[in-house]
Amino acid sequence: MTERAVPDDRTLPIPRTCPFSPPAQYAELREKEPVSRFRLPNKDEAWVLTRYADIRAILADPRFSSDVRLPGYPFFTPERPSEQPIQLLIHMDPPTHNEARRRVISEYTAKRTRDLRPRVQRIVDERLDAIVRGPRPVDLVAEFAVPVPALVMFEQLGIPRADHQWFLSTNSLLISGLTSESERDEAFGALSGYLLDLIEKKESDPGDDLLSRQIAKNKESGDYDRSWLTGLALLLFIGGSENMASMISLGAMMLLRHPKERARITADPSLTPQLVEEMLRYFTIAELTMTRVATEDVEVGGKLIRAGEGLVALTNAANHDPEAFPEPDVFDIDRPARSHLAFGFGPHQCLGQSLARLEFQIVFDSLCARIPEMEPAVPLEELRYKSDDEGVFGLVELPVTW
Amino acid sequence: MELVVDRERCIGAGMCVLTAPDVFDQDDEDGKVLLLDPVPPRRAAGTAVRQAAHLCPMGAITLVPGDGP
Repeated sequence: MTERAVPDDRTLPIPRTCPFSPPAQYAELREKEPVSRFRLPNKDEAWVLTRYADIRAILADPRFSSDVRLPGYPFFTPERPSEQPIQLLIHMDPPTHNEARRRVISEYTAKRTRDLRPRVQRIVDERLDAIVRGPRPVDLVAEFAVPVPALVMFEQLGIPRADHQWFLSTNSLLISGLTSESERDEAFGALSGYLLDLIEKKESDPGDDLLSRQIAKNKESGDYDRSWLTGLALLLFIGGSENMASMISLGAMMLLRHPKERARITADPSLTPQLVEEMLRYFTIAELTMTRVATEDVEVGGKLIRAGEGLVALTNAANHDPEAFPEPDVFDIDRPARSHLAFGFGPHQCLGQSLARLEFQIVFDSLCARIPEMEPAVPLEELRYKSDDEGVFGLVELPVTW
Repeated sequence: MELVVDRERCIGAGMCVLTAPDVFDQDDEDGKVLLLDPVPPRRAAGTAVRQAAHLCPMGAITLVPGDGP
């Protein structure tokens, strides 16, 4: 790799200084050097992309690989993450990736998602019933934003109630950026061991759940692999729990901050889908997961990215690119925001995005309808946030009352 | 305007069904795109179809300009 001097202020991750806008450096980079060299926490170097058009293009470009085992792949931990014994969909490349993804997509089609509506609504209603009956103020993060998506995933995967608490706390160890590498490996081992056992049980005693259906489907096609299914289950849970919890709490906070928008969706829930897209764009919580490595020399935005060089696509910078979203730092539920990159783009675009959209719509509509007088129990300026390197950007607590 | 979909590229993200449900559907089994109306009425579906093509993460939807209804 050619030696290039990287200035000291070019170190990733760039922390958010304000919860309501991306770091100021993003705009400067996007304008002056949209494809630039950065240093990673482990002192490796990687390309950093900030323009919407460039990021959209590279995420869909098969010359950029998601295979973390390839030399040059960028990572944010102090040491190269230990190679997991289980192959994960997010680290695979086409065409193998696309075939594997199609096998599970039947669980997340638009139609299948519509069928899930009553089950998600019931989970949300039960949590809101408990909150309305309970003491005030209530922390909406712990009592609502965390349990709702976790319960949806538990039900979808068919994880028994008795194991929910253990599974959830072990999962938080796995995804937190504050966990040491050995603790993370331990959590990964514990969760995958648990899921492997559960899958084995479901082979002989199937239920009405995703895992049982995948077992049947994969056996039918003659290449059933228990360890692959374990990885899939883990991935689905991770994708469907913590990220969702963060967006639900940030979204609820935005409804408290923007009473006019809240009144509009309360009166007309047909506006909620566009509110949800704008929230996804505005916060872009999981941006540090969008990493790739070039497998060929490729020119991007006038710079030559060589085979074997890693890149980080800052999707929060892309989603605040004025070329794609005029006045990007304004929260505007009337803007067409669906083309945001918060779910990624290309073959790895979020598998569960239709379920995510459904959950957000039900959650915000139900929250507005059930507790119309909800107000913050502390000044909103005093809320504490989790930084991106603690896993995903989100709120630590959201105390509300009514 | 005529629509062409590349089912080999499609990964079943579902953006087209979300955006233009009168024109696109998905296979229940592999999630791949199904074209309900290859020549959608220009005025009724034009904008949504154009948006669906733009939103497709695999670039699997192509609009072929033509006289169409």
